[in-house]
Amino acid sequence: MAVALIAVNGLIKQFGRFAALRGVTAEFAGGRFYAILGDNGAGKTTLLRALAGLAQPTRGTISILGKTARAACRDVGYMAHPSLLYDEMSGLENLRYFARLYDIAGDGRCEEAIRSVGLEPDLARPVGQYSQGMRQRMSLARAILHDPKILLLDEPFSNVDVHSARVIVGLLKAMRDSGKTIFLVTHQAALLEGVADEFVWMQDGQIVDRGAGLSRE
Amino acid sequence: MSALKSITGATLAKDIRLEWRSRDAINSMLFFSLLVVVIFSFSFDPNAEESREIAAGLIWVAFLFAAVVALNQTWARELRNQVLDAYRVSPAPASSLFLAKALGNFSLVSLLEAVMAPLFMIFYNLRALGPAWQLIPVAVLGTWALVVNGTFFAAMSLRTRSREIMLPLLLFPISIPAVQSMVEATRVLLAGDGSARFWLVLLLTYDVVFTTACLALFETVLQAE
Repeated sequence: MAVALIAVNGLIKQFGRFAALRGVTAEFAGGRFYAILGDNGAGKTTLLRALAGLAQPTRGTISILGKTARAACRDVGYMAHPSLLYDEMSGLENLRYFARLYDIAGDGRCEEAIRSVGLEPDLARPVGQYSQGMRQRMSLARAILHDPKILLLDEPFSNVDVHSARVIVGLLKAMRDSGKTIFLVTHQAALLEGVADEFVWMQDGQIVDRGAGLSRE
Repeated sequence: MSALKSITGATLAKDIRLEWRSRDAINSMLFFSLLVVVIFSFSFDPNAEESREIAAGLIWVAFLFAAVVALNQTWARELRNQVLDAYRVSPAPASSLFLAKALGNFSLVSLLEAVMAPLFMIFYNLRALGPAWQLIPVAVLGTWALVVNGTFFAAMSLRTRSREIMLPLLLFPISIPAVQSMVEATRVLLAGDGSARFWLVLLLTYDVVFTTACLALFETVLQAE
């Protein structure tokens, strides 16, 4: 395996008495596309939130590019199941606000991010009036706005029509080819066949299998 | 420091834009305050002397309750679509978010005071017998005292199931020294009963202490799960 970009060591995350992650240990190389699969409650979203710095480990460590998850926030883009966008503002207004949080100057980066997901920047409608597919794509535009090295995507295909799902998959493939590392949690693994470099199966808060193909050993 | 200013400014502008489009907080606050003025003016029929004694308490209690409406709204917006997580994963400082929210609430409550204060004067037949200009620092320092703690405690109660109840439970007891200072200072100025200097100094001290504490602790509140 190439040099680990992300190293997770003995990661435990408890919510009260419930352990969502039970000692996850894994290394992930850069420039690869990881599809994280598993039943509901397997710990996929919690693992993603821990990598994004949103869930503090109860025990164990996370190292992203040699830094803690919080310290590596400029290198990580996060797309959650909800859109993380303000419904009352247009897509461009949303992105312009989030660009300021990353200290990105108004040099057309927001418009470029919107175009890259197949939407029009001059779309004046508020996000609340977008279709689910458009909302997911705008959410992806927000996640890639600061050109992160690592992308964490939580169920980007849920409630999305086939066309939007294909647009997202195509975009992610191009991003992986340009050297970005992608972690994608999904229940629709078939969409990623031939696209993802590695499938990671989770069960009961642990990684139980990893492999290049969709069929488990 | 420039990042702090830039992000605070951007977040404040975004909040004002959202409020302008929805008018959720300002409408609720205005209606609530208007109801208080009208109902109390019908319930009591005070002469000018009595009005000066009770109006200060009425005004500030009305503004305190109205402020709670704005304080709840300001964070509820960040919960929809879990937008707050987008802020939490960014490198933006927590203090910028806190300052922007506090300044936004300060603007809203100040606007409410500017609209409602003349109505209070008319309905309660009020005229300041002391130096009326001192009501301005009382209003500024008092409003900041309410919103700075209110913004902090509203964020703290954000993830609780009954946050509309939690906020007053947390906010009102800690606001007692500030409310007492505001009411006493206003009463003294309306009745011409000496100087409000002591109460103004007390309010200023309260503001400095709680603003510092809230800024220092907000990172922990923001990153709490």
